[in-house]
Amino acid sequence: MSANAPILALRGVNKSFGPIDVLHDINLEVRAGEVLCLLGDNGAGKSTLIRILSGVHQPTSGTIEMDGQSVGFPTPRAAADKGIATVHQFGGTFPLMSIGRSFFVGVEPTKGWGPFKTYDRKKANEIAVKAVQDFGITRIDDGDRLVGGLSGGERQSLAIARAVHFGARVLILDEPTAALGVKQAAHVLRIVNEAKRRGLAVIFITHQVMHAMAVGDHFAVLIRGAVAADFKKGEKTREQITDLMAGGETMADLEATIEGYMASHDGHPPPPSH
Amino acid sequence: MMASFAPFLRRPEAASIISLIGIVAFYVIIGGVDLVTLFGAASWINFAANLGIVAIPVGILMIGGQIDISIGAMIPAGSMTVAIVSGHFGLPIEVGILATLSLGAIVGLVNGLLTVRTTVPSLIVTLGTLVVMQGVVLAGANLLTGAASVKIEAPAWAKAAFGSLIGSSHQVIILWWLVAVVVFAFVIHKTRFGNWVFAMGGDLVSARNAGVPTARLTIMLFMLSAMSAAFVGMCGAIQFNSAQVSGGMGYIFNTIVSIVVGGVLLTGGFGSVVGIFIGTLTFAIVSQGIYFTQIDRNWSSLIIGVTLLLAVAMNESFRKFALRAGPRQATGRR
Repeated sequence: MSANAPILALRGVNKSFGPIDVLHDINLEVRAGEVLCLLGDNGAGKSTLIRILSGVHQPTSGTIEMDGQSVGFPTPRAAADKGIATVHQFGGTFPLMSIGRSFFVGVEPTKGWGPFKTYDRKKANEIAVKAVQDFGITRIDDGDRLVGGLSGGERQSLAIARAVHFGARVLILDEPTAALGVKQAAHVLRIVNEAKRRGLAVIFITHQVMHAMAVGDHFAVLIRGAVAADFKKGEKTREQITDLMAGGETMADLEATIEGYMASHDGHPPPPSH
Repeated sequence: MMASFAPFLRRPEAASIISLIGIVAFYVIIGGVDLVTLFGAASWINFAANLGIVAIPVGILMIGGQIDISIGAMIPAGSMTVAIVSGHFGLPIEVGILATLSLGAIVGLVNGLLTVRTTVPSLIVTLGTLVVMQGVVLAGANLLTGAASVKIEAPAWAKAAFGSLIGSSHQVIILWWLVAVVVFAFVIHKTRFGNWVFAMGGDLVSARNAGVPTARLTIMLFMLSAMSAAFVGMCGAIQFNSAQVSGGMGYIFNTIVSIVVGGVLLTGGFGSVVGIFIGTLTFAIVSQGIYFTQIDRNWSSLIIGVTLLLAVAMNESFRKFALRAGPRQATGRR
């Protein structure tokens, strides 16, 4: 898997808002059929990184590459057109719309002719329900149900199924399991594995090391806007990762090291440890 | 038994239908209304039609997440425009109609542009245009005609189309209203365009990211509501052969009450055209039907207020009911 070229790569990306530097020299790659877990505490810059990847913010410097070509995502729409789909924590939106209608917002199937072209509810419901069921969520069987009536895990699943159905190549999952119970989270993790099996590149943002280890192939830990560690599956134990993420001596050491390094290297962070 | 009611209760218009039945029953039982007299009377239907033509586009705008209160000034603006152009200056009625609708389109365009280009809430934007248009109508009428009331004699065809009576007392605008209900119900519930309105009202950012042209759609909806208000004003002027600079302000609250009773969520994303239609009927019966009862008419505002609160409470609980998953939830698996 790791032999193929990355679909999406960040090369030396920096982001500042006015005088505040949020991201420093970020280098990340994600490949087809690979799950990149992005770990980090609150305020580490995860959200800003997601927003750059999904076209909400532009990097201050550095480049984004897709299939080896330098690209820009001036708008979220541009990122979506290039196959980058972002699914947020609550998975969805439009809680008061039906499953079929929300699935097809913007690309509604129609039937009929000319000015009498009507929204094809039956077709929309069938496709939406099938897409979700293909991901193993068999409890969703009625496309007329309102999205707001689904459980958190089902909503995430619906959003992921939607992204895959519309040809996403890179799936960005922003804390998909944070608000879920154990069973629901397991559901979402299975779906992440299914998306990976289908050859999508997945960027999985999470706090939960267990969840990350269950699906991740590649891990990056963000601390204070810099990639503090970048390693592959099996290279670190759960304890080590937790330590890295959730504080403890290792975290404190790292922060001190990074700050010391940045102070003496013109504001640049140290290269990530492997 | 509950199962057969459940699909009905999940619909946005459920509460409005119950409100309508409730208010009629109240008037019959407490007020001693004769149903034949009530349903045969034109007064409340005429009132409902004038209100309804404005309430539908404003309600759709509300489903789309915005609000337009400038309609309060657009109604007198519409009647003054047609009266000044075709009455005072004597230009052909076609020019007057075109001018009226164009004025509506322009004000709607301004409302829409200001709303999509700034982060100012549309309530404030349209409050601004409401006051501006009041000023324009007052000063414009005074400048052009030197009077606050302008006469207009429309030719027979225009009179027939916009300002005649069917039978002896039903205004022709009732037909326009019914056509608007059918057309907009189709557009909103059966076309892609309608789906976009719901998506936009549910979550503007997600709708935009999903490719819905939200800015264009918002501007169109604002133009529609301002043009509808101008149309109602124009019909009034043609009907009564004169236009006044004042009036129309009552429409602001009346439309909002009708729309909310009709089950539209004030914050957008939920509602139906049929619901707005029934909400308008309910409002008209409450406020005009009281004249057919033995109830002192001074109570009508109280009854309107109570109806509104009850309808909103019902809407709230039915919406929660709609959000709870369907019967399949109870399979007990997992």
